[in-house]
Amino acid sequence: MNQLITWLPFGVAAWLFMAGLYGIVTSRHLVHLIVCLSVVQSSTYVLLLAVGYRTGALAPVLVDVPAGTPTVDPIVQALCLTDVVVEVTVMAVLLALAVQAHKRFGTADPARLRPQRG
Amino acid sequence: MPVAPSPSLPVAVPLVVAAALVVGNVRPHRRLADGVAIACALAVTALCVLLLVGSLRAPIVYWFGGWAPRQGIPIGVDFAVDPLGAGLASLSSLLVSAAMLFSWRYFTEIGQLYAALMMVFLAAMVAFCLTGDLFDLFVFFELMGVAGFALAGYEIEEPGPLQGAINFGVTNTVGGFMTLTGIGLLYGRTGALNLAEIGRALARHPPDGLLVVSLLLVSCGFLVKAAVVPFHFWLPDAHAVAPTPVCILFSGVMVELGLYGVWRVYWTVFAPSLGQARTLTGLLLAVGCLTSLVGAVECFLQQHLKRLLAFSTISHAGMFLVGTALLSPAGLAGTAVYVAGHGGVKASLFLCVGILMHRFRTIDAARLKGRGARLPLVGGLFALGGLALGGLPPFGTALGKELIEDASARAHLGGIAAVLTVATVLTGAAVLREAGHVFLGIGRLQRRPLHEIQGPETGGPRGRTPPVMVVPAVGLLAAGLAVGVLPGFAAGVEAAALRFVDSGAYAAAVLQGVSPPAPAAAPTAGTGVPEPGTVVLSGASAAGAVLLALLSLYAAPPLRRLWRGLRGVRFVGWLRRLQSGDVTDYVAWLVLGTAIYGVVLALALR
Repeated sequence: MNQLITWLPFGVAAWLFMAGLYGIVTSRHLVHLIVCLSVVQSSTYVLLLAVGYRTGALAPVLVDVPAGTPTVDPIVQALCLTDVVVEVTVMAVLLALAVQAHKRFGTADPARLRPQRG
Repeated sequence: MPVAPSPSLPVAVPLVVAAALVVGNVRPHRRLADGVAIACALAVTALCVLLLVGSLRAPIVYWFGGWAPRQGIPIGVDFAVDPLGAGLASLSSLLVSAAMLFSWRYFTEIGQLYAALMMVFLAAMVAFCLTGDLFDLFVFFELMGVAGFALAGYEIEEPGPLQGAINFGVTNTVGGFMTLTGIGLLYGRTGALNLAEIGRALARHPPDGLLVVSLLLVSCGFLVKAAVVPFHFWLPDAHAVAPTPVCILFSGVMVELGLYGVWRVYWTVFAPSLGQARTLTGLLLAVGCLTSLVGAVECFLQQHLKRLLAFSTISHAGMFLVGTALLSPAGLAGTAVYVAGHGGVKASLFLCVGILMHRFRTIDAARLKGRGARLPLVGGLFALGGLALGGLPPFGTALGKELIEDASARAHLGGIAAVLTVATVLTGAAVLREAGHVFLGIGRLQRRPLHEIQGPETGGPRGRTPPVMVVPAVGLLAAGLAVGVLPGFAAGVEAAALRFVDSGAYAAAVLQGVSPPAPAAAPTAGTGVPEPGTVVLSGASAAGAVLLALLSLYAAPPLRRLWRGLRGVRFVGWLRRLQSGDVTDYVAWLVLGTAIYGVVLALALR
C-alpha cells in the first residue's frame, strides 16, 4: 500500500502527460489544443510536488513551529509557481493567436489553417 | 587585464529597457524607441565581449544576492560565465544590434511592442548562455520562446505568420515541458538544481534508468528548438514568415542556442557519470547526418527565398549536431567556429532578402527574375553569402566545416566529410541558383509564382535602398569572413572548448571557487589550423555549388527532366508531404521521435 502511495503521483504525472499529448495530436480545434497543452503542463506540477513530498511533514511555513520540524520541500513549490507564471504567458500568447486565426480564417481547425506546406 | 562587468548587467539592462519601452508612451516617438533599443543592444554587446575577455583565464562565477556556496553546497543561483557561453551571448547581442539597425528604415509602421519584445528576446538569449542553474536554463529557454512566438506572429493580420507562430509556439512548448519533466526527475534524484552540483551527485551512482530518461527528456526538449529531425517541421513555417530582422535572430542564433543547451547540460550534468559514451556518439551522428541531408534537399527545392534559407538552417543545425556528436573538444570547437561563421553569413543573407522585399514587395523568386539587377551590391553580397554557405575558404563557415571534418577523421569517421560536403554543396547551390536567377536574370528556369501568404511587411518609398539597411548586411558578411581569417580565433575557440568539456574544473570553479590552472593542450586539440586536404575539399565543395547552381539554371531540358524526376522520386515527394503545415502532425512526429530516440538510447546505454 505504501509503495502504491509513493508511486501513484508519478503514475498520474505520466498519465496526464500522455493524455495531453494524445489530445494535442488528435485535436481539431485550436482552443482544445491549447487546453490539452495545459493538461501536459499539469503533469509537471504533479511531478514536481510529488518529488518534494515528505510523509507526515508540514507545509513549509516556518512560523510557530519548533526548529527541526520536518516540512515538505519548499523549492519544488517555488518551481511550480515559476512554472505557472511562465506558462500562463505562453498560453496567453497562444490563445491570442488562436482567436486571431479564427478571425482571419473563419475556422480554428489546425488541419485547415495551413497556407504554407511542402 | 580589464575588470569584467557583473554578469547580471547584460540581462538586467535590456529587461529594464523593455519595461521602460512598454510603460513609457513611446508611440509618437518611434525613432526614440528604436534609438534606445539600438543603444541598449550595442551596450549589451560590449558587456558580453568584456565578459568574454574576462572569462578567458578562468570562469566568472556570480552568485545572485551574494549567496555563495557553503562548504561546497550551493544555496543560491549563479551565473557561470565561460568563453564559449559568453561568445554565444556576444553573437546574440551583435545580431540583435544589426536587426534593430536594419529595422530603422525597414518598417514604416511598427507598434511600440516590437522594440520591447526584441529586448526581452535579447535578455533571454544572453541569460540562457550565462546561467549555471538548470531551472534557470528552462526559464530563460521559455522566455526566449515566448518572445519568439510573439515576434514570429507579429504581423498578426496575415495568414502565413499566424500559422507560423502557432506551429512554432505549440511544438516548442511541448519541448519545454519535456525539458521541465526531465529537470523534475533530476531534482528528485539529486535534490539539486545547480548544474555542477547535479553532475557531482549523479556521478556518485552508476548510471541507471532515471538518468537515461532525464537525459532523453532534457535534450529532446532543447533539440526541438535546434530543429533536429523529426522535430524540425516548425522551423520553415516560422522562419519563412517572421519579420525579416527577426529571422536573422531565429536562424543566426536561436536554433544554435537549442544545441548549446544540450552542450551545457551534457558536459556539466551527464558527462561525469556517462564519460565518453561512444554509443551516444553513434546516435547523435546518425541524427545529425539525417538532419543535414533532409534540410539540404528541401532547401534545394524551394523558391520562396526565406523558406529556402530556413531549410538551409535546418541543414546547418544537422551539421552542428554532427560536430557535437563527436563529444570531443576538437569537434565542439569546430562546431562553435561554424556557428559563429554561419551566424554572420546567414544573417547577411536574410538581410539581403529583406532588401529585396523592401524594393519589390515580394520574395518569391519566380516573381523576381532579373529584377534584382538594379541592386548590384546586394546581388554581390547574396552571391558571396551563397559561396560561403557552399564552403568557400576562408569564410568562417568553411573553417568550421574543415575543423569538424578533421576532428571526425581523427575519430576514424571519415564518412562524415562526405555527408557534410553534400549538404554544403546543396545549400550553397540553392542560394547561388537564386542569385543568378534574381540578380542576373540568367537561366531558363520556368516556375509558377507562389500564392502569396503574407503581405509586404515593409513600406515607404522604394526607389532606393537606405544605406542603414545595406550596412548591417555588409558588416555581418564581413564578420562571417573575419571568423575564418582572424589569426588565433580558431585556436582561441579550441582552448575555450577544452575548458567547456572539463566538467571537473567547471564544478570546482562553481562549487569551491577554485580557478583551475589553464589546461595543458590535450593531444586531441590542434592549433585551429585545418589540414590542407580538408581545405581543398572545402574549395571543391564551393566549386561544386557553383557548378550545380549553373546546371540547375542552364541545362534546361535534361535538367528539367531530372528536376521533375527528383520531385517525382518517392523520397523527395514524401519529404514535401511530411511538411504538412498542420501542427498536430508536428507534435505526433515529436512524440514518435522522442520515443525512437528513447528506445535507442536505452538499448545503447544499457
